[in-house]
Amino acid sequence: MSSSKKIRVLVAKPGLDGHDRGAKIVARALRDAGMEVIYTGLRQTPEMVVRAALDEGVHCIGLSILSGAHNALFPRIMELLKAEGADDILVVGGGIIPEDDIPDLKEAGISEIFGPGTTLQEIIEYIRSNVKL
Amino acid sequence: MLSVTELVKGVLSGNRRHLARLISLIENEDSQAQEALVKLYKHTGKAHVIGVTGPPGSGKSSLVTKLTAEFRKRSKTIGVLCVDPSSPFTGGALLGDRIRMQEHSLDDNVYVRSMGTRGHLGGLSRAASDAIRVIDAFGKDIIFVETVGTGQSEVEIIEVAHTVIVTDVPGSGDDIQAIKAGIMEIADIFVVNKSDYPGADKKVTEINTMLDLDPRERVWRPPVLLTNSRTGEGIAELADKLMEHFNYLKESGLLEQKGLQRSREELQSIMKYKLTQELSHKLQGKPEYEKAIRMIAERKKDPYTVAEQLIAEFLLSEIR
Amino acid sequence: MKERTKLSDAIKNWEDTEVKSTVERFPERQTNFKTVSGLPVKRLYTPYDVADIDYHQKLGFPGVYPFTRGVQPTGYRGRLWTMRQYSGFATASETNRRFRFLLEQGQTGLSVAFDLPTQIGYDSDHELARGEVGKVGVAIDTLEDMELLFNEIPLDKVSTSMTINAPAAVLLAMYIAVGEKQGVSMEKLRGTIQNDLLKEFAARGTYIFPPAPSMRLITDIFRFCSEKMPLFNTISISGYHIREAGSTAIQEVAFTLANGIAYVTAAIKAGLDVDSFASRLSFFFGATSEFFEEIAKFRAARRLWARIMRERFNAKDDRSCMMRFHTQTAGYTLTAQQPDNNIVRVTLQALQAVLGGTQSLHTNSRDEALSLPTEQSVQIALRTQQIIAHETGVTDTLDPIAGSYFVESLTDEIERKSLEYIEKIDQMGGATVAIENGFIQREIHNSAYDYQTSVDMKSRIVVGMNEFVVDEEQQFAYLRVNPLAEQEQIQRLKEIRSHRKNDVVKRALSALRIAAKSDDNLMPLILDAVRVYATLGEICSVLRDVFGEYKAPDIL
Repeated sequence: MSSSKKIRVLVAKPGLDGHDRGAKIVARALRDAGMEVIYTGLRQTPEMVVRAALDEGVHCIGLSILSGAHNALFPRIMELLKAEGADDILVVGGGIIPEDDIPDLKEAGISEIFGPGTTLQEIIEYIRSNVKL
Repeated sequence: MLSVTELVKGVLSGNRRHLARLISLIENEDSQAQEALVKLYKHTGKAHVIGVTGPPGSGKSSLVTKLTAEFRKRSKTIGVLCVDPSSPFTGGALLGDRIRMQEHSLDDNVYVRSMGTRGHLGGLSRAASDAIRVIDAFGKDIIFVETVGTGQSEVEIIEVAHTVIVTDVPGSGDDIQAIKAGIMEIADIFVVNKSDYPGADKKVTEINTMLDLDPRERVWRPPVLLTNSRTGEGIAELADKLMEHFNYLKESGLLEQKGLQRSREELQSIMKYKLTQELSHKLQGKPEYEKAIRMIAERKKDPYTVAEQLIAEFLLSEIR
Repeated sequence: MKERTKLSDAIKNWEDTEVKSTVERFPERQTNFKTVSGLPVKRLYTPYDVADIDYHQKLGFPGVYPFTRGVQPTGYRGRLWTMRQYSGFATASETNRRFRFLLEQGQTGLSVAFDLPTQIGYDSDHELARGEVGKVGVAIDTLEDMELLFNEIPLDKVSTSMTINAPAAVLLAMYIAVGEKQGVSMEKLRGTIQNDLLKEFAARGTYIFPPAPSMRLITDIFRFCSEKMPLFNTISISGYHIREAGSTAIQEVAFTLANGIAYVTAAIKAGLDVDSFASRLSFFFGATSEFFEEIAKFRAARRLWARIMRERFNAKDDRSCMMRFHTQTAGYTLTAQQPDNNIVRVTLQALQAVLGGTQSLHTNSRDEALSLPTEQSVQIALRTQQIIAHETGVTDTLDPIAGSYFVESLTDEIERKSLEYIEKIDQMGGATVAIENGFIQREIHNSAYDYQTSVDMKSRIVVGMNEFVVDEEQQFAYLRVNPLAEQEQIQRLKEIRSHRKNDVVKRALSALRIAAKSDDNLMPLILDAVRVYATLGEICSVLRDVFGEYKAPDIL
């Protein structure tokens, strides 16, 4: 019965950055779009993010960083997911991420980076059409 | 796609990813889930299942976190299932309990899973109790099931637990409602959380008074404990009480009795569920079914007679 | 009374004739106009709207209670506000170069941004510091870093603001120790530590310890400074981050002042006399884009705080009732699209802060939605302040917007609505409880969500982002934090650890541990520890052991 399938999303704040305005707004918007959203809270190591994603059986991970630590943390998360054979999970990111960094992050396996000015609807649509259920 | 055999083998050999995968299948009511559950059933029934419920903001998650730490010190392995309500309008849910469980998030002996109620027929208790069963087969010694204690469905889920903790905080007005909702009656242990807040002792007295007024005769009178999830005060005592209650269940024969009762209820509920599913599958979209509905609405027929007729026809067709 | 009726009739007449006929031909842009905080905005404000405002009671004179019109009798005619650009990145030496550049450009005070490991009490080589060292601010592990940070900057000549909260005592101690090395004694040091933990729990997220020991550290600092550092602001009670997290202007005022009340209550409970410390409390607000509402906000906050200090806490000294505040233009209003437009936004926001009577000001740089600012961008931001100060004439008279029917009416409204919130928080048991049970976070989050929705739906226009959009190549040469900084910092830290007298460090740390378990003031012990080059992480780790760590409530 595929009707009872729900998109499950982990919204995670890796690193030490405490700015969670964006992460929480996105979490709420995804919930209102009918998804099941698990929010990790602040200060997650890449290991914690990956463990939570696997245990919770999520289809998508949304990462938010505003501190500039994305180049260190995003690829590390992708490495760990690959090591677990879980790179079928859709991973997207957002925050303050300079455009120059995006190609490398995509190369590492992040599917999309949502910069400032992205609407909530764009994020919802993207997840809906790219997630593997 | 993993085969059912692989999944079952994985769960039994402690593969977390297979465990997570199987719970997802259960939540999605996938037909493979049942096949797996059939195979896993004989490996279940070992864990001590502890339900934790209480009004919102009464510190359930922090209590479970502290208890997890306490039982880890005692070398127990832990599973946690947090059930949060899904929105009846969008079906979405915010499952937030991971925030508090952070300190155990990399402990291989702790498995935490969040679940939305998803609101479909019989879904809440069935999916959650199946998930508990899988975590049990996976080998966790203690499984906490955490729910917001506000409605009947939460009371149902608590019935799968061996021991039920009802939490409360000092000074909240919500507890009166909790009593009304019948939550107090299912408690095996009361916990008044945040004992450094004023009014904690008063709250303990209130609950004790209420228990004294309870006309039922019981061998196990629920103890009322004070804890502080911040300092950890009272947590070790609570852990002792939990073990004591489980031993009491075993020694008094209540565990066996509960097991029988549980099996009876479960069998009935599965049959009810299957029958309902079969029936609606058979009838959905059939022209004569739709026609009958219309006639009931127009008062040309009554729903009582029609229901009896349809069930009779259904049973006959099954026999043939 | 007669006057009022006459006026009210005249307004009605105007509405019925001129307005009505115009609206029939040319409908207004919206049916209802509201400020960004949701306050209704009428078509016209007249003396009718301010008829209830008693001048002497509500406005009075600058430098005189209730300070609505400012805390200084001569305002900017005497001294301009302190121009203080928040800066810090990579290593202490690199930040020192930026500081000296800013001082050469005419900046009048320093404001230190620390990186996240420093703010959360981890040394640069801690596992959780990975990728974060020197990113959003400068990395400080030991006194040596602090010495480099203020190299050739005489501490008796500048005032320094430090955005540091949970480990505020440690950084303050390091600042004192640098002063000692320069021959400047601590009673001469001027500056501010942010030291505001409640807003960290509520909005900013760089907390370490639970509320009770956090309050104890804060009151220890209050006491220490009231005795030894009379020129230092012991706290900067911050609405800025509450606003950045998405609150309205009213919530910004209400939650900030509720936090202020909690600090004053805690200090009095710890045995301090209100007038011994209250004059060293300072505040920090944002300046967003809603022009008049923001000016009204500053004035309302000043009046409300004065009343709270006098009426609730019986402060005798007028200086205890003065709200002095720093302002930063709102980071969240900056767009990554067409970043030069941000210069204009910042100019308008800075002007609001000046018209609202701020004591010091940070103007954001145009590129801050993308990265930390480049030297060129930060220069423009500083020039913006200098242009307002020297070219516009707005600094030549005090509180020049006062008397505007609209602004006075808004000032009253913001004060009234903020007070309602504060009363609600009082009933819950104060700000600490309201944060622990998630009330304040939920209120902020709801406002943030509403704002985002209004931008998404284009009921609020953000120029260059959801309207007037152009295709643009990013042509900005933005600042890249030297990627080697993390390794360099870790290397230097290792060297310090091997060169210092480790037995002395150990003794200092165990003395601190013992004191942390008692009621002793921890400031002198932390000072002893930093003097012998104990690291920030070591000191915080001792305190973590004794105090435990705060866990955020689940408030989604």
